[in-house]
Amino acid sequence: MARTVIPFGPQHPVLPEPVHLDLVVEDERVVEARPSIGFIHRGLEKLAEKKDYVEFTYVAERICGICSFIHSQTYCQAVETLMNVPVPPRALYLRTIWGEMSRIHSHLLWLGLMADGMGFESLFMHSWRIREQLLDIIEATTGGRVIFGSCKVGGVRRDIDDETASGILKELDEIEKDMREIARVFLEDKSVKARLCGIGTLSKQEAYELGCVGPMLRASGVAQDMRTLGYAAFGDIAVEPVTRTEGDSYARSTVRCQELFQSVSIIRQAFAKMPAGEIAVKVTGNPTGETITRTEQPRGEVVYHLKANGTKNLQRFRVRTPTFANLPAMLKVLPGCDLADVPMIVLTIDPCISCTER
Amino acid sequence: MAYFKMSWLALKWALKKPATSPYPFVPRRLLAGSRGKLSFTKDGCVYCNVCAKKCPTHAIVVNRANKKWAIDRLRCIACGYCVEACPKDSLTLKPEHGAPTITRDREIH
Repeated sequence: MARTVIPFGPQHPVLPEPVHLDLVVEDERVVEARPSIGFIHRGLEKLAEKKDYVEFTYVAERICGICSFIHSQTYCQAVETLMNVPVPPRALYLRTIWGEMSRIHSHLLWLGLMADGMGFESLFMHSWRIREQLLDIIEATTGGRVIFGSCKVGGVRRDIDDETASGILKELDEIEKDMREIARVFLEDKSVKARLCGIGTLSKQEAYELGCVGPMLRASGVAQDMRTLGYAAFGDIAVEPVTRTEGDSYARSTVRCQELFQSVSIIRQAFAKMPAGEIAVKVTGNPTGETITRTEQPRGEVVYHLKANGTKNLQRFRVRTPTFANLPAMLKVLPGCDLADVPMIVLTIDPCISCTER
Repeated sequence: MAYFKMSWLALKWALKKPATSPYPFVPRRLLAGSRGKLSFTKDGCVYCNVCAKKCPTHAIVVNRANKKWAIDRLRCIACGYCVEACPKDSLTLKPEHGAPTITRDREIH
């Protein structure tokens, strides 16, 4: 049968960010997918040599527009490791709370985009309506909607007082109720299931061998979550990775839906256990040495490698973002699928291209 | 059962107030802690240049000799680093975002 090459992206209705795929199709079936990335490379890693290590927190936060807080948190954790900074426990709890809020808003954004991708517009609107309520909480506590700017080397910039905390918890109850309503549609609706079940299946072995991370890996049955390493306040708050065994698009969607409620529960526990005290310590001197820090972003594990030589600028800064790790798996599941399912499969890895290209 | 649930949901949302606000007739609700427009108070400023040095985007220019403080609004990312660094508390981040800027001219105080 004759083969046709169909370009997918960099501008495509389901893609919030540019990535290009050359889809080789036979009839309506994809037989090969050739990717090309590099449309939004910004050279942020090189910028580490120009900005001092404190200023660079702002750049690290802007690697991604959605998981921004966890980027700055990981960067600060890496610098604090290099400089042996004892971060106050309250700051660690606040980082955990904001990190989980960031996860909820990222997952809600993704669920909305997926609903939009399959043409379920009302579900898309409801997901983003709930996300707005959470963004208001984030803006009131950190000052920014998606660029929190509240993490700094040595702690955090802002505190959450008890009155605000109880207000947040009340609002979270409402948000959780709303999320249960939309999660029910994502998990039980016939039309949603018809678009997701059995599409883009990745086995446990393949997911492991291709180096998948985050919900992509957990949906295939591997219980790997970097929060179990115990960074920030996760030493005191136990996290059980949410897993599924099917490995298809529906399983990936389910993992993200369940993680919404897991994050709400973590925020509640963190507020209950949060100790009083300082929120930051003064940091003096310059970092020296080399370190690798890993944290769990909404999309999966992010790896930061920092090398410093005792000057105010870092010598080397390297990030391995979750989408970059999930791209090989996406290319693995695309061959054999229908052309109409390509947008769903591309969306279920939750592609964040500006992260990937830095 | 499914039809009943669907009708109930449709009715519930039809009777509810819209989730969105009727902007621009009702202005956006300002949140107290929001990082909006950077505001400068001349009284107390010693023109030490710390804010200009700390600014990650080099949006602030301070002229100590002429006692002038200037900002390029298009460069400012409202991060609040200058507010933190100011020894005289001359800088604050207001919750409102102010009118949009369309030129690169520096706002001089």
